[in-house]
Amino acid sequence: MSAGADTKVAQITGAQAVNMALTEAMENDPTVLVFGEDVADPEGGGVIKVTQGLSTRFGDHRVKSTPIAEQAIVGAAVGAAIAGMRPVAEIMLMNFFTVAMDQIVNHAAKIRYMSGGATAVPLTIRTLTGAGNSLGGQHSDMLEAWMAHTAGLKVVIPSNPADYKGLLLSCIEDDNPCIFVENGILMFTPGDAPPPGHRVPLGKAAIPREGSDVTLVSYGRPVLDCIAVADQLAEEGISVEVIDLRTIVPMDEAAIFASVGKTGRVVIVHEAVKRFGVGAEIAARISETCFGKLKAPIERIGAKYSPVPFSSALEKDFIWSRERVEAAVRKVMG
Amino acid sequence: MSTHQNFPAEPGTAELRDVYGRVMLIKLTDERIRRVIRSGRIVTPHYSPRGQEVIPSAICAQLNPDDYVVTIYRGLHDHLAKGVPLKQLWAEYAGRATGSCKGKGGPMHITHPAAGVVVTTGIVGSGIPIANGLAWASQLKGDGRVTVTNFGDGASNIGAFHEGLNLASLWKLPVIFVCSNNRYGEHTAFEKGTAVKQVSDRGASYSMPAMTVDGNDPVAMWKAANEAITRARSGGGPTLIEAMTFRFEGHTNGDDSHYIPADVMAAAKEKDPVPRFRKLLLEGGHATEAELDAIEVKINADLDEAVDFALNSPWPDAAELNRDIYLEEIEA
Ligand SMILES: Cc1ncc(C[n+]2csc(CCOP(=O)(O)OP(=O)(O)O)c2C)c(N)n1
Ligand SMILES: [Mg+2]
Repeated sequence: MSAGADTKVAQITGAQAVNMALTEAMENDPTVLVFGEDVADPEGGGVIKVTQGLSTRFGDHRVKSTPIAEQAIVGAAVGAAIAGMRPVAEIMLMNFFTVAMDQIVNHAAKIRYMSGGATAVPLTIRTLTGAGNSLGGQHSDMLEAWMAHTAGLKVVIPSNPADYKGLLLSCIEDDNPCIFVENGILMFTPGDAPPPGHRVPLGKAAIPREGSDVTLVSYGRPVLDCIAVADQLAEEGISVEVIDLRTIVPMDEAAIFASVGKTGRVVIVHEAVKRFGVGAEIAARISETCFGKLKAPIERIGAKYSPVPFSSALEKDFIWSRERVEAAVRKVMG
Repeated sequence: MSTHQNFPAEPGTAELRDVYGRVMLIKLTDERIRRVIRSGRIVTPHYSPRGQEVIPSAICAQLNPDDYVVTIYRGLHDHLAKGVPLKQLWAEYAGRATGSCKGKGGPMHITHPAAGVVVTTGIVGSGIPIANGLAWASQLKGDGRVTVTNFGDGASNIGAFHEGLNLASLWKLPVIFVCSNNRYGEHTAFEKGTAVKQVSDRGASYSMPAMTVDGNDPVAMWKAANEAITRARSGGGPTLIEAMTFRFEGHTNGDDSHYIPADVMAAAKEKDPVPRFRKLLLEGGHATEAELDAIEVKINADLDEAVDFALNSPWPDAAELNRDIYLEEIEA
């Protein structure tokens, strides 16, 4: 049914896609800099080897391993960006954003505005996170709502290798500060390799499955389960449309509203904690604009309102599951 | 007014044997954990302290149960040296309801207040300011407690370290900063991440007594700890101890140490603190072969029991997801 097994497209992982995007960006633009903890080749080219080969190829003046100092890393990115470089800083895990929040929230996000447009901060921060590996409360959080709530940042959370590459290139080339969130499982999950030069515009959702009964809105790793549920329910005659937002800011409202106009039923799925999450924002926008079209209350699926638990027994109940997505679709179908 | 026990400035036979028992408990527990992880019976990240056993053993042998310890993800040696019970520790590694944190925290956040282990953090540097708060409370209450906080060489480059040391010195807090300099922070060699020759050089910036010691030498470590503990307990303020050491099993399980040159690793293994300590005890007439062997037999039996206990313990109930977030349960 879906493209896949019989086609001959080369397969790459999310990590390979990121490496390809960084290589291409550094080749195209000498102002692109890559730095963060352990990213250069003497340090193994990143703890999961995402930046492998870059320092050897582009030199250790452009690709630098840094001390463990997130505030210094993001601060250096802000300064270099103001001075005309295109820094791509790596914060090893999203939870370590907390150490650099002053630089991210008070500076990267706001400097353009506060200077009345006199300065700009075209930086990208790449980071890794996600539950499902028993890494516990300080190594798995999805903090995109914090980022999205701070005007001035663009927030990108892709779901497949082609988008990893195309969206990362767009972030680096964008004139605004961009937060690019990688997932610890997707980085090792293979998918179709994109053609050379592939770009995915920021703010444009993908629709991996078209349907007319229910709209599933998601981003990041849960998109894979949304697609699986859509395929499974198609066999029962339930037609599910899957919207992969790809970017949280800017959000592709038009794609969401058009789909809701068709289906009138919505399930929103994300990995982050449900309460006060991005799903609430999406639901609110839908009810503000498409209230008359809705045939059922909007369903939201997200993580429980707790820190990420360590025990695998708790972690599996903490996050979304395919079963929960399916049940929610059936519920809005009535 | 403090009822805390005092310890001799130089370790004698009894003291050395005490330290050795802790060292061996750490080494054998770590080896067992790695074996059980390899077998697939426990799924967890694990940051082996193999090679660093002497540091917390020499310190904690001179602490009282109510003295505080704040440590990091690489904290197994601190947890054991300070007396976290094996069964609850193992059950936490296994993610079970009987673990010291009910399976919610995991090894990176082992907490056992009865043993004085109040915080284990996975965030580099973040234990340092918290240790100051614990020590400040002791100072205010006059309870005579000392707070020890362990962190790595890499952590001395993050803001929290510098803010924390300045505050501790300014407020003369009863806190001991123990930097375990194992020459690497993840894959980055010390010299590539740190602008000073020794972490102890940084004490001068904060007018804090600071020393570099061989962290693999139980006598030197004992003396350094004794000086720092005595200073803290008597109101003399904080000390920075840089304990030189090495980690033999990589940053985390699965790390093959490919970024460490073979000769550097070989030279470090020459200085493995455990055989060296054994030799010291035997040659100094502090213990016999049979006595030292008996220590291992006993620890291995305790480990058998603890592993059994952990793996036969129940998993936490799903209802636990909604507990301990606040004091009271709030509908999720
Ligand atoms: C703020 C923060 N940044 C990055 C990390 C990822 N990280 C975990 S341990 C580590 C290396 C720490 O090295 P060091 O302080 O020398 O301690 P060691 O692991 O060698 O004991 C890094 C970078 C983290 N946990 N927290
Ligand atoms: Mg280190």
